Amino acid sequence: MNIGARDLFLISPELLLVTLAVVVVALDLVIRRKGIVIAVAVVGLLVPAIAGVNVWNDIHATGVDTAFNGALVVDEFALYFKFLTLAVLALLFLSSADYASRFQPFQAEFYGLLLFSSAGLMLLPAAGDLITVYISLELASLPVIALAAYEKMRLKSTEAGLKYLVLSAVSSAVLLYGFAFLYGATGTLRLISFDPADPAIGHMLINGDPSVPFGGVAVMVGVVLATAGFGFKLSMVPFQMWTPDVYEGAPTPVAAYLAVASKAAAFAVVLRLFYAGLDPAAADWSLMFAVLAAITMTVGNVVAIAQTNVKRLLGYSAIAQAGYMLVGVAAYVGSGPDAELGIESVLFYLGGYAAMNLTAFFVIMAITNRTGDDSIEGLAGLGKRAPILAVLLALALLGLTGIPPTVGFVGKLFLFNAAINADMVWLAVVGVLNSVVSAYYYVGVVRVMYLRESDNPARITVPPYAWAALAVTAAAILVLGLWPGGLLEVARQAALDLL
Amino acid sequence: MINEAAVWAIVGLPLLGGLIIIAGLRPWTQSLWRLSGYVGIGAMAGAFALSLWALNSVRGHHGESVGFDPHSWVTVGGDAAEGAFELTIGVLLDPLSAIMAVVVTGVSMLVQVYSLGYMRKEADEHSGKFVDYPRYFAYMSFFTAAMLGLVLAYNLVQTFVFWELVGLFSYLLIGFWFHRPAAAAAAKKAFIVTRIGDFGFMLALMWLFSHRDEFLVRGQNPFEIPDINSAAPLLSAGLVTWAALGLFAGAVGKSAQFPLNTWLPDAMEGPTPVSSLIHAATMVAAGVFLVARVFPLFEASSSVMNVVALTGGVTAVLAATMALATTDIKRVLAFSTVSQLGYMFIALGVGAPGVALFHLFNHAFFKCLLFLSAGSVHHSVQTFDMRYMGGLRAWMPVTYGLTIISGLSLAGVFPFAGFWSKDEILAAAWAVDPSAPGTSAVAQIVFWLALIAAGMTAFYVFRLIIMTFHGEFRGGIDAVPMDERIPDEAHNHVHKGESPTSMVAPMLVLGVMAVISGAAFNSVTKLGPVPAHWFSHLFNEDSPELVAWIAVASMTVALGGIVLAIAIYGLKLVDLSRMPKQWHALNRVLEQRYYMDYFYETLVVRRALFRGVFLASDWLDRKVVDGTVDFVGWTGRNAGKWVAQLQTGQVQAYGVGVSVGVILLLWAYLVRS
Repeated sequence: MNIGARDLFLISPELLLVTLAVVVVALDLVIRRKGIVIAVAVVGLLVPAIAGVNVWNDIHATGVDTAFNGALVVDEFALYFKFLTLAVLALLFLSSADYASRFQPFQAEFYGLLLFSSAGLMLLPAAGDLITVYISLELASLPVIALAAYEKMRLKSTEAGLKYLVLSAVSSAVLLYGFAFLYGATGTLRLISFDPADPAIGHMLINGDPSVPFGGVAVMVGVVLATAGFGFKLSMVPFQMWTPDVYEGAPTPVAAYLAVASKAAAFAVVLRLFYAGLDPAAADWSLMFAVLAAITMTVGNVVAIAQTNVKRLLGYSAIAQAGYMLVGVAAYVGSGPDAELGIESVLFYLGGYAAMNLTAFFVIMAITNRTGDDSIEGLAGLGKRAPILAVLLALALLGLTGIPPTVGFVGKLFLFNAAINADMVWLAVVGVLNSVVSAYYYVGVVRVMYLRESDNPARITVPPYAWAALAVTAAAILVLGLWPGGLLEVARQAALDLL
Repeated sequence: MINEAAVWAIVGLPLLGGLIIIAGLRPWTQSLWRLSGYVGIGAMAGAFALSLWALNSVRGHHGESVGFDPHSWVTVGGDAAEGAFELTIGVLLDPLSAIMAVVVTGVSMLVQVYSLGYMRKEADEHSGKFVDYPRYFAYMSFFTAAMLGLVLAYNLVQTFVFWELVGLFSYLLIGFWFHRPAAAAAAKKAFIVTRIGDFGFMLALMWLFSHRDEFLVRGQNPFEIPDINSAAPLLSAGLVTWAALGLFAGAVGKSAQFPLNTWLPDAMEGPTPVSSLIHAATMVAAGVFLVARVFPLFEASSSVMNVVALTGGVTAVLAATMALATTDIKRVLAFSTVSQLGYMFIALGVGAPGVALFHLFNHAFFKCLLFLSAGSVHHSVQTFDMRYMGGLRAWMPVTYGLTIISGLSLAGVFPFAGFWSKDEILAAAWAVDPSAPGTSAVAQIVFWLALIAAGMTAFYVFRLIIMTFHGEFRGGIDAVPMDERIPDEAHNHVHKGESPTSMVAPMLVLGVMAVISGAAFNSVTKLGPVPAHWFSHLFNEDSPELVAWIAVASMTVALGGIVLAIAIYGLKLVDLSRMPKQWHALNRVLEQRYYMDYFYETLVVRRALFRGVFLASDWLDRKVVDGTVDFVGWTGRNAGKWVAQLQTGQVQAYGVGVSVGVILLLWAYLVRS
């Protein structure tokens, strides 16, 4: 086992991110003005980003590379998610500065924990074997438990933390159990292997019993347990139940982080596991994901309609959105000219989803921070009290509905097209029907903002750095909706690396 | 010959106008609010001029498009060279889009001029609140821009994008007075109901995409309109039928045809000029336009054509009966629009898109005028309830005269505009070859339906005229009981006088068109500079022969309706209050619009869906979980003492959920293998 400079170079973004986390926490001890700490955290994110660009240039020139004897696979697919995580993090820091000031004197630790967790999220898409998957996942999850319970004086927040802790533990146990089955049946932990002497799981599947799904009962049990474990992170029905509770209870920035960054990384690892590791058995899992996608989006949308709390509503919305993205996961077509369509559409949608969901969460954060009221009724009259915030939230919600010219429309178009491409017309139909249903509650929120008078005429002000974050996310909703070509091409290149 | 940039500018100018109003003028609203109206009108006038140029350019093209190649927008799956699928964006200029662009920009411009006077009260000098006035003109500009984008779109995805934008801006316009609950509810209803139709549109797009191989082998693109139209006769029957049906579902939603007709009357809650624009040229016309746009696709499937014709026929009659018993002047006109759109779908369904467009063209003018007249009436009496009007001709001679003209046009009386196109529709339905199996029966049915609706049309429009302008004045807003008034109009008063010039002038222009647009643009003989059948030839279509007995029959039916209306409401030869009980029951059914709204809203949406499904699933999510918890807690109390402190205990149930999920998945696999 040699660890060389090359290995360190390939994980330099993560190393620098962890360094930044230590710096931020340490700075807090010596610097009294928290604004400077936040500035360091935001600007500091440029360092791992630049390192990421370096790695990308290198990978782009020489091709996919592995680090630490294959434990990490650094390709454009992994880098896509690394950049997504960094971007989400920077935006989150900017927008939550105001919100986080209530955490004094533990404000810097809040950022520190987010940074540590993100390091896990960045390693996850690059994981080349099951052990790395598991370790990265835990690295990402543990800080979130503390973060969810960060408002420890608020009962709902501690409850959210505890729920996340227990259910995280359950899902990790299930996941690990599944990995054990996979290892036992195939004798390897490798997801991807470039060395014929050290075959990956996929190679071992081919020799199995063709009459049993995945070539053997043990593998099948392993896959199902792993799916359950990941389903928890994806908010996939029936493993979604924690989502609304935790979103409602956890501090809003943490909910946003879970809804966007954590979910994206979970999709990355699912795509990696199934497309790269288990693709010989694709016929067995793609239908499973198709059915789960249909159920997930339907449950999310239908239950969302009856919600009265806006954070809870976004929780169910996040479940429904996960359902849409699972459509892309299910749309496996093997090889061929359009084989990357499924992955590509998921990657693209994740980018757009990040923009739309962050915009929604940022606006909600800005409002609840002032009003302390996170019921949907509390948004009444927002069109007058905070006209720009209202426009932005409306934009985000219409985007999540899938109304053009937002990225939500284009993204759904690609997802459903991928399903059709994989001969799953029924799934596309379910998807479109679901987006019609979702219009009901998304537009319902818009209606409350504009068409309901409020008895509280106080205008809502937002600090400039939060405006900056909102400007970026809102612009992304429209820009990616009007000119999707650029991101789509990046997503396509990333997708091709996985095949 | 027009160039491509100029065609784009038809969409771009109103968009720019809207942006200038919303972004450029906003900081100086206090002093510059007046300017916003002129900016909107100016931008629209520019677009109108460009549209005329475009129309001039497509003359003599015999229905062919002026070739502007589309631009690549997004490539799906690699480079175009590798046979990847390309989504394009571009403008499609042909007689259909050119004539629509002229109508949309022309009507929108006139409506905005009218709005200068009508919306004047939105700029309130006393309270210093000026924002609503520019907001209105900005929405109008955006709305029209979206409609123009739809009209000029080169491919169906582009059409769909603008189609949704039209819906979005109509939502903003219908809900313009959002502080009125009825307006807010109507806006949402319009948005949701039309989305049900959009569901069909989206499915049609996917259906086309999934059958893209049929296009790709010919080197064509499944979304590009010219390709669809040229390939339509060669495509497989399944592809054509389902794609056409899906698109038709979208058209039914947008054009408020049965059974999605319920949103349009409620949309009357928006400002009257908005209703006028929505009903005349934009939004509802989009459905008719869409079918005409990909007409070869519809033509390739005779069963879909029958569906279109029958939907049109049923809607024409159904909506006309609803109009018979309505007392709100704008709602009468709304039902009338639905009914007239039914006529257009009849024309499409019997294979005469040029005739449908001709009726759309004429209808745009007289229906716009009718709405503007209703707005003018409201300007004076401050209510839309005809039970409180009467005798208005005494002080509104111009409005009265123009309403008569547009009413005669709507009723289809010779020689007004409506007569020509309505007659062509009847003739086209009659002319369908009786030897064609299946088709002839449908054509016959819709012919008679259309004739019946023509009589009703004449009746309700003259009922409207008599109730509004004749007889004794019944007090206007001053006579409306306080509890029936809209809160912000509670303290308005009747003002006896004609509306201001800015309102009357555009009405006069429309009045001229309502008289001549039928005879002048598609006359049977050469008429000065206009050649015979100019409109039909624009679409490379022979206009149906004017059948003498049909013309006489439709005139007779129309005059019969008018005479009946005068006899009942004018001369009061029949005392309506002394009619038998059954008559009142029927009246009630009509007033309640056959209980369609009740059925949809109360039964389907509230009871069945909301109470049933949504609340039940929420309940399941919260409570059944709790029930499981009790069970789990009971079995494993010691393992989870901390649960008691939280007093919810749901966590364990969630754990159970994970296990159940795993078991279900395993079970599914075992069943399969």
